[in-house]
Amino acid sequence: MAKPIHLKDHNHDARIVQRRLILAAVFILGLVGALVARMYYLQVTQYEYHSTLSENNRVHVQPIPPTRGRIYDRNGVVLAENRPSFSLTITRDRVEDLPATFELLKSLLELSEEDAAQAERRLSQARRPFESVPVMFELTQEQIARIAINQFRLPGVDVQASFVRYYPFADHFAHALGYVGRINEQELKSIDPVAYAGTHYIGKTGIERYYEQLLHGTVGYEEVETNARGRVLRVLNRTDPIPGRDLTLELDVKLQQVAEEALGDRRGAVVAIDPATGGVLAFVSKPGFDPNLFVTGISYADYGALRDSLDQPLFNRVLRGQYPPGSTIKPIVALAGLDAGVVTRTSRVYDPGFYQLPNVSHKYRNWNRSGDGWVDMSYAIARSNDTYFYDLANKLGIDRMHDFMSQFGIGQRVSIDMYEEAAGLMPSSSWKRTKYRQPWYPGETLIAGIGQGYMLATPLQLAQSTALIASRGVWHRPRLLKNAEGVLPDESETPPNIQLRNPADWDFITQAMQDVMQSPHGTARAAAAGATYNMAGKSGTAQVVAIAQGERYDSAALRERHRDHALFVGFAPTENPMIAVAALVENGEGGGRVAGPVVRAVFDAWVLPRLEAEQQQGHAESQENGQ
Amino acid sequence: MKSIPVSSHGLRRRESIWMRIHVDPWLLLLILALATVDAFVLYSASGKSLPMVVRQMAYFAVGISAMIVVAQFQPRFMQRWVPVAYIGGALLLLAVLLVGTEAKGAQRWLTIPGVTRFQPSEIMKLVMPMSVAWYLGRRNLPPSFKQVVVTLTIIFVPTLLILKQPDLGTSLLIAASGIFALLLAGLRWRYIIGALLALAPAAAGMWYFVMHGYQKQRVLTFLNPESDPLGSGWNIIQSKAAIGSGGVFGKGWLQGTQSHLDFLPEGHTDFIIAVLAEEFGMVGVCLLLGVYLLVIARGMVITLQAQDAFCKLLAGSITLTFFVYVFVNIGMVSGLLPVVGVPLPFISYGGTSLVTLLLGFGILMSIQTHKKWMAQN
Repeated sequence: MAKPIHLKDHNHDARIVQRRLILAAVFILGLVGALVARMYYLQVTQYEYHSTLSENNRVHVQPIPPTRGRIYDRNGVVLAENRPSFSLTITRDRVEDLPATFELLKSLLELSEEDAAQAERRLSQARRPFESVPVMFELTQEQIARIAINQFRLPGVDVQASFVRYYPFADHFAHALGYVGRINEQELKSIDPVAYAGTHYIGKTGIERYYEQLLHGTVGYEEVETNARGRVLRVLNRTDPIPGRDLTLELDVKLQQVAEEALGDRRGAVVAIDPATGGVLAFVSKPGFDPNLFVTGISYADYGALRDSLDQPLFNRVLRGQYPPGSTIKPIVALAGLDAGVVTRTSRVYDPGFYQLPNVSHKYRNWNRSGDGWVDMSYAIARSNDTYFYDLANKLGIDRMHDFMSQFGIGQRVSIDMYEEAAGLMPSSSWKRTKYRQPWYPGETLIAGIGQGYMLATPLQLAQSTALIASRGVWHRPRLLKNAEGVLPDESETPPNIQLRNPADWDFITQAMQDVMQSPHGTARAAAAGATYNMAGKSGTAQVVAIAQGERYDSAALRERHRDHALFVGFAPTENPMIAVAALVENGEGGGRVAGPVVRAVFDAWVLPRLEAEQQQGHAESQENGQ
Repeated sequence: MKSIPVSSHGLRRRESIWMRIHVDPWLLLLILALATVDAFVLYSASGKSLPMVVRQMAYFAVGISAMIVVAQFQPRFMQRWVPVAYIGGALLLLAVLLVGTEAKGAQRWLTIPGVTRFQPSEIMKLVMPMSVAWYLGRRNLPPSFKQVVVTLTIIFVPTLLILKQPDLGTSLLIAASGIFALLLAGLRWRYIIGALLALAPAAAGMWYFVMHGYQKQRVLTFLNPESDPLGSGWNIIQSKAAIGSGGVFGKGWLQGTQSHLDFLPEGHTDFIIAVLAEEFGMVGVCLLLGVYLLVIARGMVITLQAQDAFCKLLAGSITLTFFVYVFVNIGMVSGLLPVVGVPLPFISYGGTSLVTLLLGFGILMSIQTHKKWMAQN
């Protein structure tokens, strides 16, 4: 060692440690004193209290589940409520002989083997010691009576009144609301076991799932004293649960009914959005199913029937159905063309009935084989001329189309609170390169111009993109929730409003869409017949099977389920849009002919009463002014 | 570094048989007494499971043997290997985070395939006080500011590694064992007060600006488990009822009701004191606390008589940490302190923590019984 050795002063060190050690000893004695005092408090001061409790009796903590929030439509009609129901519960720790108990229950209640096995399975999901687990639901009066008579032979078995979710409209709102069901093991891992201590149901799909936290409420509990058989003798302490929030949705039951009736027995979807708020006014996916079946657990037979049905009643067409948007997309393609400056409102294209790329023999056909001659943009939209849009798409190129149309929500999840929503697809050359490792072909741009090819959109996205035209580019994300007792939908991630270089283009496109419905050459003029207000719309068809080059689409030759889907989007009134609607009729073929009247019916049901009210108000005001 | 043997006690002491076999008779006696108590309480707490009692006694046998083996090494020998042990221990903790085995949502175990699996944090329980004692023991006490900073670094690296597993209880206890050594070394009051003063606004700042609502809720539940009677409060409500119904003299051995019948899910491990309190009453608890106090007193005597700063700091830290285990466990079961998973020394069922504990006592015995040998050199 180079440094001089510092002698350690051991005596000094020892004195320091000694002083600190004495201090520690004082602390230790103090803390031990605290422990002894605590024991004195528990074992001497509170002895009476604790020992009375322990004389044969036991203290229990029982969770009290909160009442789930109800769901209403915008006018206060109940869409989901809680219905009292009697269920059979078993507390395993209090059952003396489990197999014998099950045998007895089986003979008493005349259970089938399957029912008994299901009950045992439910019991095996118990989460805490001394938890009473419901194993059978919806007991009849007779079953309750039989249990009551034999209660002495069934320790640990109880009949409990509890609330079970009930959907009064059954299949009419199944897809819009979703449903609750019993908490399964997977969900058990992700939920807070304390918050759900007394809860046996959780939102599985739809609104019930998305707003689970609001709907569920806060668990309460009571400390109870029970006897050796588990009977509650008295409640020592109680904290009440806080019920979940009631949800008021934007949906309107009457409008929903109109939309369903207009759709009839056909498979399809109707979505109506208020363009000024994004509120979803009607949400129809047909066929539906009865969500009440799922609440306490659906039987295998019922589930199998729903799952295997050719009509796919479990399939949420509004949110999960991704269809080629077809010609309904043309107004937005036209806007893209105007905004990019590749065409003007008056530039014309000659349509001989088909379009050809230079040096390529393939003919891209107009739906009207004989051709429409010279067409400009307005006429092309009203007639749904394909040739014009092949040409426009070719001028734009796919990437400019992608960038412009993405602003309208195509290819993205647009809703705020619709859990299952699919994203759809807005293709681009870089997307294709990543996905298929292939370059983008010019022909693919052409068919994208008429909403075919890779492009996919859900009915909700079609309604939203239409609502954006109605609102002149002002974004409101679609939402089902109007208000949950003061909690409003989270609008924090609203996309930026769409800015056109020439805002007058909005009016031009709106006028062209009005021509679709209300000019003599419009493809959907029949749907608007006799209207007392102006409306704008666009028809579309989505191919289900590809038609080979040179062949003609022949509906008679195609099986019913391979026929084209009929689409229609629109909004009304044109001057002051109150509602934007998208309708899809699966295998319905004619967009304007089949889906158009559905949209018109929804328009009428929403717009007419409101226009009348406005008129009356205006009338009253003018009278007032006159006086 | 040379230490000059100056001792007032060791030189003249007569060499007894205990000194030659390097066992401290007082500690051994107290440990055997605690083992006896454990056999009875565990038999009752386990629902009269003799195999469990036999297994626990086997752990005692293994642990006491290991303790005696450790006691044979001179403190100087241990001192020499401290840096290696510290770095090795820290690397093992790092390995736990990278390739550890997960159980109950925390990654605490290291598995050597086909051989064994162990918790490196257990090793740290011994290495931590040794490391701080090693660092501070070579310098003049009290530590300077720079030395305090180095010591805190030594303490917080393993603590943070264990905190990340996550194992809050163990990391706090290990940090405490290091801080005890630092406090015993005469950490100046101005640092202590300064740290306390800095801690309060830091905690307040965290509370108001950093933590989310649900995190605050968790802290509140942690501090007051009875606000959460369905979760961690469940055990506390049951254990309080068990303790309280025991009264002054208890219900008698095997006569407890509250602590049996599954009401107390951890009745034979962390919550075993509830069983003892119910069956042997306040008298039983006080007697047990008395035995613990004797163990601590003996540890303090060993600390005072130890010959150099390393031994003093090490022995003192082991003794004080032992007390913390006792205090935290009983405080937690009786509802005074938040629930952290700390076993009651010598009484709770479990082999790993018992063996670690006894190894610590082996170090104490080594310190106590090697004085003369050192003095002669």
